[in-house]
Amino acid sequence: MKTICINCPMGCPLDITEEEGKVVVRGYTCKRGLEYGVSEYTSPVRTVTTLMRTSDGGVVPVKTSRPVPKGRMFDVLERIRSLTAPADADIGFVAESDVLGLGSDIVVTGRPAPHPAK
Amino acid sequence: MKKFDVLVIGGGPAGMAAAIAADAKGASVLLVERDVRLGGILNQCIHAGFGLHYFGEELTGPEYADRFEKRLAKTGVKVMLGAMALSLGGDGEVLLLSPEEGAVHVKAGATVLAMGCRERTAGAIALAGTRPAGIYTAGMAQKMCNIEGYLVGKRIVILGSGDIGLIMARRMTLEGAHVERVIELMPYSGGLKRNIVQCLEDFGIPIDYSHTVTRVVGKPRMEGLYYAPVDENRRPVLSEEKFIPCDCLLLSVGLIPENDILNGSGVKLSRVTSGAEVDENRMTSLPGVFSCGNVLHVHDLVDNVSHEAEIAGSAAAEYALHGAPPTNGELHAVTPGKGVRYALPQVIHGGSGSVEVFFRTDNVYKNCKVVAECAGRTLYSKKRMIVAPGEMEKIALKKEDLDGDVTVRLEI
Ligand SMILES: Cc1cc2nc3c(=O)[nH]c(=O)nc-3n(C[C@H](O)[C@H](O)[C@H](O)COP(=O)(O)OP(=O)(O)OC[C@H]3O[C@@H](n4cnc5c(N)ncnc54)[C@H](O)[C@@H]3O)c2cc1C
Repeated sequence: MKTICINCPMGCPLDITEEEGKVVVRGYTCKRGLEYGVSEYTSPVRTVTTLMRTSDGGVVPVKTSRPVPKGRMFDVLERIRSLTAPADADIGFVAESDVLGLGSDIVVTGRPAPHPAK
Repeated sequence: MKKFDVLVIGGGPAGMAAAIAADAKGASVLLVERDVRLGGILNQCIHAGFGLHYFGEELTGPEYADRFEKRLAKTGVKVMLGAMALSLGGDGEVLLLSPEEGAVHVKAGATVLAMGCRERTAGAIALAGTRPAGIYTAGMAQKMCNIEGYLVGKRIVILGSGDIGLIMARRMTLEGAHVERVIELMPYSGGLKRNIVQCLEDFGIPIDYSHTVTRVVGKPRMEGLYYAPVDENRRPVLSEEKFIPCDCLLLSVGLIPENDILNGSGVKLSRVTSGAEVDENRMTSLPGVFSCGNVLHVHDLVDNVSHEAEIAGSAAAEYALHGAPPTNGELHAVTPGKGVRYALPQVIHGGSGSVEVFFRTDNVYKNCKVVAECAGRTLYSKKRMIVAPGEMEKIALKKEDLDGDVTVRLEI
């Protein structure tokens, strides 16, 4: 697998392979690059942020409280699309706990924009 | 005519932090924001990546804004929403327009500018071709998506690979659009490596460096665009033009500090940053007028915005309550040398205490040295593995060490 290290602007090009049952990272400059290479190869995770429908037809921003496996991002998105948050949900409201059994909650991160007086 | 010690214009992260800091110094503060709520650009930045330095944890934009709104609610700051500052006079008087109160004149002991930036548009980059529906600035598309809930296109091309362009590539993909490619004029991206990986690589979105969009086709709706590589003078090589069918072009081609209300005020603006020239307290050339956040210079980290705004807010309160701070009468200019595009503050008063100087480089340099000099003496010298224009650098200087103008440069 080829990727680049995200820890600093150097962006070292990493080449990660498995040799004799061990993960081997090539191309890194510092320890952080080595660690990053191993974790990206063995268990890459991402925080998912997106919108959720509210009960009054609006949208609110949400996030996963912990990063989820990279390969499950779109499953999590699909699950979030099937959910509805209460219209008055405040920041921190847990819209679903332990989404898809991944150990991460779906949490509301913002409030809908107030509409200017009509 | 309303009277306050400190008037803060703009209620984004810069304005909120400045108002809180001014209040903490005992000043009476009025904060005006033209939008229906506080938070500025953070309200639409629903991705994570804010606050690692300031709060020691990674927050989304709205969560970062909320922390400051809650702090603000505990202060005596008067907040006026839906109110826009129209002009700042040479005497420091500000004209506001408010839906409830109409035209309001405010004379404050000190004024803090915190109006943020606006985006460069298709017109600003003289984009060739038709002007169909489907061309948006990336921030506008972000607002329509994340706040209003509209997706602005289905097959999308993004011009510009700064962080906003990269963030929008992922955002549109997550919402079900197909991002065809990102096109970047420069041979490198101004965005964070993290965003290159997590916004493009994760979704297999290609990026073409040293390329540009040559013309847009379609009317009334966009049907596609032509793009081509550029030569070493950044001119497109038209013989290698290619066509991509698409219904949407997002422009992430730069931000411009929103300083229009200063026209005629006499505040001196920098040609490089398009923001005001300031001293170490972030005071502009017009005494009593301070500037911070994106309206002063474009920031990539909101944490730096909050820190800068606290400097400006407390200094504005001090100025309003006690007058200009004592100095030894000396004024040292800070000028960019080789490899440095700009350094800020542009001037430092003589005296005591430490001062942080922020700067951006004019290119990507590896294995270089950052050097600050004053009258032939080296004040600072440190090796850097890499510096890049997309990442603001800072160095700390001691006022006691200054006995002339300061140059910040790179040894390459
Ligand atoms: C798409 C995007 C992604 C980003 N990602 C990150 C990230 O991951 N991490 C990070 O740390 N930073 C990020 N940033 C940068 C950060 O958000 C900004 O640096 C910061 O928000 C700037 O704050 P500000 O208060 O100066 O400006 P703004 O947030 O723009 O606020 C300015 C406010 O002033 C108001 N205003 C303007 N003119 C007037 C007037 N005349 N009268 C009254 N009110 C006025 C505006 O309505 C606005 O509310 C991102 C920025 C963008 C655009």
